[in-house]
Formats: sequence, C-alpha cells, structure tokens
Amino acid sequence: MEHNTMNLNLKVWRQKNNNTKGEFKLYRVENISAEMSFLEMFDVLNEQLVVTGEEPVAFDHDCREGICGMCSMYINGKPHGPWQANTTCQLHMRAFKDGDTIVVEPWRANAFPVVKDLMVDRSAFDRIIQAGGYISVNTGNAVDGNALPINKKDADDSFAAAMCIGCGACVAACKNSSAMLFMSAKVSHLALLPQGDPERNSRVLNMVAQMDKEGFGACTNTGACEATCPKEISLSNIARLNQEYLSASLVADK
Amino acid sequence: MLDAKIPSGSLEDKWVDYKGHCKLVNPANKRKLEVIVVGTGLAGASAAASLGELGYKVKAFCFQDSPRRAHSIAAQGGINAAKNYQNDGDSVFRLFYDTVKGGDYRAREANVHRLAEVSTSIIDQCVAQGVPFAREYGGLLSNRSFGGTQVQRTFYAAGQTGQQLLIGAYQALERQIALGNVTMYSRHEMLEIVKVEGKARGIIARNLISGELERHFGHAVLLCTGGYGNVFYLSTNAMGSNVTAAWKAHRQGAAFANPCFTQIHPTCIPVSGDHQSKLTLMSESLRNDGRIWVPKKQNDTRKAIDIPEDERDYYLERRYPAFGNLVPRDVASRAAKERCDAGYGVGTSKQAVYLDYADAIIRYGKIEAGKEGRNDVPAAEVIAMGKQVVKEKYGNLFDMYEKITGENPYEFPMRIYPAVHYTMGGLWVDYELQTTVPGLYALGEANFSDHGANRLGASALMQGLADGYFVIPYTVGNYLAEEIYSKAIETTHPAFEEAEKSVSDRIYTLMNIKGKQSVESFHKRLGKIIWNKCGMARSKDGLEEAIRDVQALKREFWSDVRIPGEINEMNPELDKANRVADFIELGELMCVDALNRNESCGGHFREEYQTPEGEALRDDENYMYVAAWEFKGEHQWELHKEALNYEVIKPSQRNYK
Repeated sequence: MEHNTMNLNLKVWRQKNNNTKGEFKLYRVENISAEMSFLEMFDVLNEQLVVTGEEPVAFDHDCREGICGMCSMYINGKPHGPWQANTTCQLHMRAFKDGDTIVVEPWRANAFPVVKDLMVDRSAFDRIIQAGGYISVNTGNAVDGNALPINKKDADDSFAAAMCIGCGACVAACKNSSAMLFMSAKVSHLALLPQGDPERNSRVLNMVAQMDKEGFGACTNTGACEATCPKEISLSNIARLNQEYLSASLVADK
Repeated sequence: MLDAKIPSGSLEDKWVDYKGHCKLVNPANKRKLEVIVVGTGLAGASAAASLGELGYKVKAFCFQDSPRRAHSIAAQGGINAAKNYQNDGDSVFRLFYDTVKGGDYRAREANVHRLAEVSTSIIDQCVAQGVPFAREYGGLLSNRSFGGTQVQRTFYAAGQTGQQLLIGAYQALERQIALGNVTMYSRHEMLEIVKVEGKARGIIARNLISGELERHFGHAVLLCTGGYGNVFYLSTNAMGSNVTAAWKAHRQGAAFANPCFTQIHPTCIPVSGDHQSKLTLMSESLRNDGRIWVPKKQNDTRKAIDIPEDERDYYLERRYPAFGNLVPRDVASRAAKERCDAGYGVGTSKQAVYLDYADAIIRYGKIEAGKEGRNDVPAAEVIAMGKQVVKEKYGNLFDMYEKITGENPYEFPMRIYPAVHYTMGGLWVDYELQTTVPGLYALGEANFSDHGANRLGASALMQGLADGYFVIPYTVGNYLAEEIYSKAIETTHPAFEEAEKSVSDRIYTLMNIKGKQSVESFHKRLGKIIWNKCGMARSKDGLEEAIRDVQALKREFWSDVRIPGEINEMNPELDKANRVADFIELGELMCVDALNRNESCGGHFREEYQTPEGEALRDDENYMYVAAWEFKGEHQWELHKEALNYEVIKPSQRNYK
C-alpha cells in the first residue's frame, strides 16, 4: 500500500445561483493522501474554506459508493474524471500526481441548469421517466413471480440497461447534450421484459417527446456517452430505442 | 402509554383478520384526504405510490435532487421471501422463526409474522413492475443464501438488488406524480412536525435551494426516513442519511425504541486513514462463497498468499461448524473483533481479516470444466474459468473493492472489517406502524419493529417494501376513516406559525454562534465517542463516560460551531449542522439505553454479560422488553417498557454451532 501524499492546485467553478454569473477560482490543497477519494479531497478543501470563512464549494454527493448517481463533477474535461467506468465518488487520488492542476466544472447542458457551484438541476430526467418510464401495475395486481418465465439472456440484457444510475454523465459528455443513452437504457430495460410489452409503443413515443421538450439535443452517434458512462451502458440501447421508436411510429394512432 | 394494538387470535390469523375488519375509506373521501410522506427510499416511495394509486392526495419529500437517490439504492445482496421456489424446506413460518431468532428474541412476534406473510407478494409485485431479478436458464427466478438461515430464499439482481427495487418503486412513484396523485418535493428537508390537538397534522420543511421554510398540511404524516447509523460518523450510510425527521418526531412526543440496537456489518472495507468520510460495504452475499480467515500466528507479516493452508485459522468455520461463514452479522462481527483484538489482525492497521475467494474460484472452475465434460483441464485454465463465474456473480463488488483499495481481489484475498451499517432501533410503532403520536407513522428502517436486536441479511429491503406496499395502505386507512370529517387545516393556523417559528429561531441561533470549529469536526468527534463506547462492545463505565462526553460536546457545539453562508439561500453547511445537532442528542440517548440494558443481545454486547465462550448472554427474565423512551426535556427521558410475549416461539440461547 502506498502512503504518498501530494499537493494540488484546483481550478473550481463557483457560481452563487442560477441567476448569477459564475467564474473559476483557484485553490490549493496540501498533503492529500493517494488513498483518498476525489470527494474526500474536496472535503479537505471545504474544511479549509470553512476555517478561513469562505463559503464551501457546493457539490452533489450522497452514497459515495458509485450507485446513487448524485455526484456529478466534470474533471479535467471528462465527466467523472479520468477513470473508465467510474463515478466521481469512486475516483481516488491515485489517479493524480503531486503538483497537478485539476479543473472541476459542473455538468454543462441547457437542460441541466446550474443550482450552485458544481450542482445542477437534473429534474428533467425525472420528467422523462414520468412520461412513460414505468410499467403500469398498481400494488396488489401481480401474478406469481414465476408465472412467466423470462429468457435468461433477455433478463440479463434488461438488467444491464437497468443499471443506469441517472447521473447525467452521458449528457455532459455529449457535444449535443443529448439524453439518448439515459432514455434508451430505460426503454431497453422495459422493452426487453414481457411485462413491459403492453405499453411499449406509447412509452417510447412519449418519452422521446418529453426529451425533446426538455431541450436535450439530438443524437449524432458519436459514442462519447458510452465511453464516459460509469455503468458502461451500451450504445446498442440507442439502436434498440430507434428501432422501438420507428415501429411505434408506424402503428401509433395519429 | 404503549398499546401495541396487536390483534387477538392465532398468530397466522392476525393479519388476515385485521385486513378483514379494518375500517375503509370510500374513493370519494380518499380524494379529500391528504397524506405527507417524508423520505422516498423503499418504504417511502412504495408507500407514496401505493397511497397515490388508492386515490389519496399525497405529498412526498426528499432531501436529494431526485427520489431515485435514496440510500436504499445502495443495498447490494438481496431481498428475502418465503417462496420456497428451491423446495428446500422454506415456509412463512420458517422465515418468521429465523427472523425472530436472528433478532435474538427482541422483536414482536405478530409484526414479524406479518412481514413473513407479505414477503411473497413483494417479489410478485416487483417482478410485475419489471425489476430484473437474476434468473436461471429455464427463465425462473434464482435464489441464494444469506446469513442466519439454512435455506436459499434470497432474490437478487447481481450486487445491485437495492438499486433495482428502488428504481421499481421510484418508477411507480413517478407514474403517480405524472397522474397528479402525488406531488413531489425534492431538495426539501423536514425540520418539524406540526401537531394540532395532539394529532400530527403537517410538517415544516426547508427548501434546500432557496432556504425558505414551507408549511405543509396532511391528515397523516408518514416518516420513511431511514436509520441513524451516521451518528457514528463513519458508516456505510450515505453522507446525507440522518436522524433529523425521526428526532423531531421524538421531541414532539413519539417514543424512541431500542436506540442502542445498532448493526455492525462484518464485511466492510477497512478504514484507511483519518480523511475517510464513509465506509463501503462488501455484500454479505460474498460470505456464500468466500472464506474468512486470519493467520494462526500473531502479528504474522507474511503476504496472505505466502501463508500455507495449515497456518490459517478459518475461525468462523472452527467456532460455528453448522453455519460456518454464514453466521448472523452480529456473531461474525464480534468474532472478527475478537481475533483482531487478540493480535491476529492483518493489513497495515491490523484491524482487518481476510475474505478469501481462492477456493471458490477453483470450485466454480471445476464445475465449468465438468459442464464441458473435460477432466484434464490445466489448473491455470480452471482458475480462469472460475474467475469468470465469480465475476458474473459478484463482479461489481470486486470492481468496487479494487477502485477503493487499489488491490485486485481476484488475485489476493480481500481485507475486511466490521462497520456500522443499519439501526434496528427507531421510532416506536404499534402493529399499525403508528407512533405514540396519533396520525404520525414510521415505516422501514425508521421504525424499530421487526428486527429485534439484530437484523438478518436481505431483510431490510423486505421490511421497507412490506411496510410501504402492503401494510400502510390498510393501517393508515383505518386511521383516516375517522378523519373524513376533518377539513384540511389552513397553514395559517397558530400551530403552523409556532412550529415554523421554532425552526427559524433554531436556525438563527445556529448561524449566529459564529464560533471556530466546523460542523464536520464535531460530527467526527461524536462518531469517535459513540464508536469507542457504544459500538461493538459496551460497558457500564464506558457508557457513563460517553454520556458525559456527549453532553460536553453538545455544549461545545452550541457555543463554538461555525457555519458560513446565509440562511435564505442554499447552504449545505447549515443543513449539516441541523443534522449533527440532532445526532448529538440521539447519541446521548443511545448510551442511556445501552446502559439501561444490563444484558447482551444481538448487536448490543455488554462486556459484563457474556458466556465463558464469549457469546452474548441474554437476561430474558429482566430485559425481555422493548425499551421505549419518552422525551421529557434536555437530557431527560422516561422509560416505558413494552413486554414481549412469545406465544409461539420459545426463546433459547441462539445456537449457530
């Protein structure tokens, strides 16, 4: 186990609220252990700021184990930083070296307005789910869980899509700020299961309409979303979404 | 003061009879009744969605940016249900029995039996919602085993079961939001309960973006706000998890039950330094296949792979041959502490034991080779095949371990150590999940009801969803049926004014202390006191000392805390200060409770009370009760006892040998 420490320069986006202009501010943190997580390094910075009387940097975080999807920092030009298949909270300082300057920004997208500093408003994602990202089954209506066998591959593929944590890194990585990977993960998750079949047409049409309404951009198949996704949600989900959308458009009542 | 309202009749008929006779509210009246749900984890999201479906007007609150972030999402291993799909002897009774025994006979029989009864419906409901549980090649649901049981009844979705169940409940909730039955208030934190004529009638919430205080009316208020493990500072809970909602309820008259019953989970990644902000769990499911050991020699500094087989002490298999590595959590945690305290710990801190997958990898590799009909597979290839199987079962957990520690767990045994994970104690509730304040309910981890002194693995998800989907829709109706004549109370009512004023006064006081020490530093100090004196081992002297320390810390906090920023804006430091102030008060009550309970049971281990073999020594004659504490003023509580009557199960010393 390494026990080396490092001194770092941080260039952090500060913005009081959505109505004011933001700017980068420079900070220095010292004696950062390589074993710390990136957010623990920010804890050190914030303790420093509290003591000096400056307002700490606001950032979203909660579970700190890579599953809640709340953390959302754009680090040195990459959502969630340099590691593959990783969230900001699971990024560890081993990834950096003494003397580095690290630039930290919030997600940048019209559909994700800045709330404060590094926090953004991702409620657009909730509204996309509200448009159809569910199976309409009231509590108490279910048949036995084993009544309907599901092909293991379909179940596994569905699960792989359902692993999306809704963090929004795909949107932040996309030059068009498209939410296609997020939405396709949900459409795939439900379309691959027999329980999701009855609503599959209305679901995909309504979710796409809501995505457009929220101001997300179009998909140009660049693949930056897949490359940055902490849960490695596959681009093939977008292909499935397009297929679902096309077939739903053909049968939909206009 | 305590009336558990347990229905009469035989154990297996109680819930059926209750449902057959509880009062109902007709659909036209449901539209006029408002219900507030605080917290949107498994219990809160499932309750809010189910009540919305029934036609109540629901308002749901969470402090995160979306209900999907609630910490239920981090649950890894699985959810129990008495389906007996494996034909291995499971039944409702068996799940009930295991849970009561696992809880060291400190849970209420009637509640636990109901939990076991509805467990099967939960799986059906989740499958119908599209929760992608693990399946076998025949397309049917897969099961695995968890600690404290001898059957396979745990349903799972890789190591992300909590995530998948929460997303199921979240989607049901979002659907009700879209239909207009539920109004969602994200980034809102409840800071007070409003009572009118003794009944809970609403809440005061802080809008965390604007800093404004808001008043919300409800005919009933449901607290689904999780546990209080973060009182220890370091725990597997999310950073934001807190006791504030439950604590405000407590100060408003809701009794707090068994606060000293906290669960220390045996398999977490060890603490690596002072900077650490949280601990990460490695799922209990890993104990299905992994073997736990320490060197037989004290202070052995060799690498794990250099220690030969006969110099390893598989201490759980040695001490508990019947359950082996799958003993319940409290037993496994204490055994790890015992070995480390005795000088057999590993790693730089010596506060760790090994969780080893080498055997499992070879075993799975041989099975795979066997499937291909080959018995001449070279060892290296067997290992590669085995790793592939392990990756499929536990891949995300292994990846997480590697990210945090920088070590590859496929090559070297993992180092693990116990960490605070769950709190069995919580707001006292009766059979209907109502607290001692009429109209105020507590669901999921926030209540105390089902797990006694120790929770079995994969039972938290089960309880959260049981309470939200299948219990509260009946029991809250029984209360609301009497409320159809109560009109919605205007939030200009003096009770709302008064409650808001007390919240804003407190915030003003906090902001104007303008001391020198950060909120975080107080939280860390509180955590150290509670962990050292009210953690895995407790003693009379230690607890008395802890009470004095916590009281002193409270005085220091209220005279020297420093909170930058303003009141009327987003201010995460202020939010944290509100929570830490409540944790400090709770910490004192935990020690008071632990001091009162002169016995060892489940997660509560008093050093004075143990068998010669070091097992927990219960005192059923004097302590077979739920300790429900009523708040009487600063540092003052009155103890109320709810006797536990075991009509079906005969309590005995727990034996996992």
